[in-house]
Amino acid sequence: MPDQLIFGMEVFLNGLMAGVLYALVALGFVLIFKASGIFNFAQGVMALFAALTLVGIMEGEVPFSHLINAVFGTDVHNFGWTVPALLAILLTMAVMVLLAWLVNKLIFRHLVNQEPIILFMATIGLAYFLEGFGDMMWGSNIKKMDVGLPQGINDWIDAATFDIFGYGFFIDNLDIVATVVAALLVVALIIFAQYTKQGRAMRAVADDHQAALSVGISLSFIWVMVWSLAGFVALVAGIMWGTKSGVQFSLSLIALKALPVLMLGGFTSIPGAIVGGLIIGVGEKLFEFTIGPMVGGATENWFAYVLALIFLVFRPQGLFGEKIIERV
Amino acid sequence: MLDTAEGYVTEDGRKIGGVVMEMKNITLRFGGVVAIQDISFDIRQGEIRAIIGPNGAGKSSMLNVISGFYNPQEGEVWYQGAKRPAMKPYEVAQQGIARTFQNIALFEGMSVLDNVMTGRIRQMSAGMVAQAIWKGKAEREEIKNREAVEKVIDFLEIQSIRKTPVGRLPYGLKKRVELARALAAEPSILLLDEPMAGMNVEEKEDMSRFILDVNDEFGTTIALIEHDMGVVMDLSDRVVVMDYGKKIGDGSPDEVRGNQAVIDAYLGVAHD
Repeated sequence: MPDQLIFGMEVFLNGLMAGVLYALVALGFVLIFKASGIFNFAQGVMALFAALTLVGIMEGEVPFSHLINAVFGTDVHNFGWTVPALLAILLTMAVMVLLAWLVNKLIFRHLVNQEPIILFMATIGLAYFLEGFGDMMWGSNIKKMDVGLPQGINDWIDAATFDIFGYGFFIDNLDIVATVVAALLVVALIIFAQYTKQGRAMRAVADDHQAALSVGISLSFIWVMVWSLAGFVALVAGIMWGTKSGVQFSLSLIALKALPVLMLGGFTSIPGAIVGGLIIGVGEKLFEFTIGPMVGGATENWFAYVLALIFLVFRPQGLFGEKIIERV
Repeated sequence: MLDTAEGYVTEDGRKIGGVVMEMKNITLRFGGVVAIQDISFDIRQGEIRAIIGPNGAGKSSMLNVISGFYNPQEGEVWYQGAKRPAMKPYEVAQQGIARTFQNIALFEGMSVLDNVMTGRIRQMSAGMVAQAIWKGKAEREEIKNREAVEKVIDFLEIQSIRKTPVGRLPYGLKKRVELARALAAEPSILLLDEPMAGMNVEEKEDMSRFILDVNDEFGTTIALIEHDMGVVMDLSDRVVVMDYGKKIGDGSPDEVRGNQAVIDAYLGVAHD
């Protein structure tokens, strides 16, 4: 087998793995957009915030320590304990639920029936507020995240591919974990949406507010629930990205990569977010591998957006989005 | 015949029970506009109660007060013997008051079956995990809910479209699906907002038959608003007539028909 083809296969697999991470962020967008029609620009920052909080809790850092020290003239930074990963994840989840509740109570409850563009602006505001708030709470230094996920080359795949092709593929264990977690998450979300009362209620609210009220569904309960779910997805994404490249503020920029994913997959489809993520991940890696050298590289920065633009022209609702039919 | 404390017997021999809901001196304002002015009436167990009036009389506002979409500035709503505090619409629905809408509010993306199933949401109480893995209480509950839903679907003769997405149905059938969803909730009061609006004669006849059958078969208490006087007179046991936010008549269809104020409101008299 020619070398190029074997390298291409490795690139393809790595692209799939990268796509899973894009998909995880896109999933959070889809959840909120489906249930409330809000395009949540803050989804990426929520992932960052979740990751910051998780690391902060695990390391036993004192939240708002800069503020506390400045106001009271103290010098506290650390509680001096560490929290086990699992407990810290549960605590972080509680923080994300609280955040969901506050976001609804303080912002979106007051914006019911507003234009989508106003809701969108509110989420931009939320994104920058949350970024600053996370900074104030946990500090702005880059943090290392280690919740005990395996990392590094997968020896089994390396050995197996070496036997077949005479060349060992480099696949990161963390990417495999991310893939499995994302698959489980999607299956769980689909079961939740299709078969539980709360999931049915969520779909109902997504479809028609008035009708949902008339069958006894509380809109604010559903919204808090959906934002909490999105917070949970953000936490998972934050853990994966944070473990891979450290918890830093550029993490919130990955949200922008979720945009082309959503355009491809459709804003309302959970499977669409996954497939869209994979296509973008594979597409940009393969493009960089094949065309990149001819045009001087760095195609990963723009390829996803160009692909999304082309998609918009031919299939504006995305691969899996609900087709827009206007009856005349 | 009317207004005995224990209820009354209708012309066709049905026994009507005690008061389920009582509106006491309801006044509803939107800014300076008075939509409902000091109106009182009751709804009794098992009856078909109509609220009629010309366009803009405040009928829809009244229905929205009953279903909790509006909270009146003055007056009290009594439900099942207790004064009802100001409530959100979903809380009213959870108390067993189901409704339909004049402009139809269905879940367009879902099938007919799923739409009717959402009507059962208040009857679902199993835990989320149990529902997800479909075991124990959740399984029993789901089977019971399915049976109830199938019964309603059979009754309203929409079996043939049960898997069809609602968005594809014609208007008349949508109205019927909406009725099915409300009925699936096994409501203690069923509120119908202009159930015949925009229908042709044949569809109106069908809908009238279903309303009568529902009342007859399930004993459901029904309150409906309608501006088509002919239809209402044939259907209802007692009628409230509204005009310009005020109550101008209340009684059996015959009594209302003979009421001079009602005749004036419908035929039009110069208001001075």
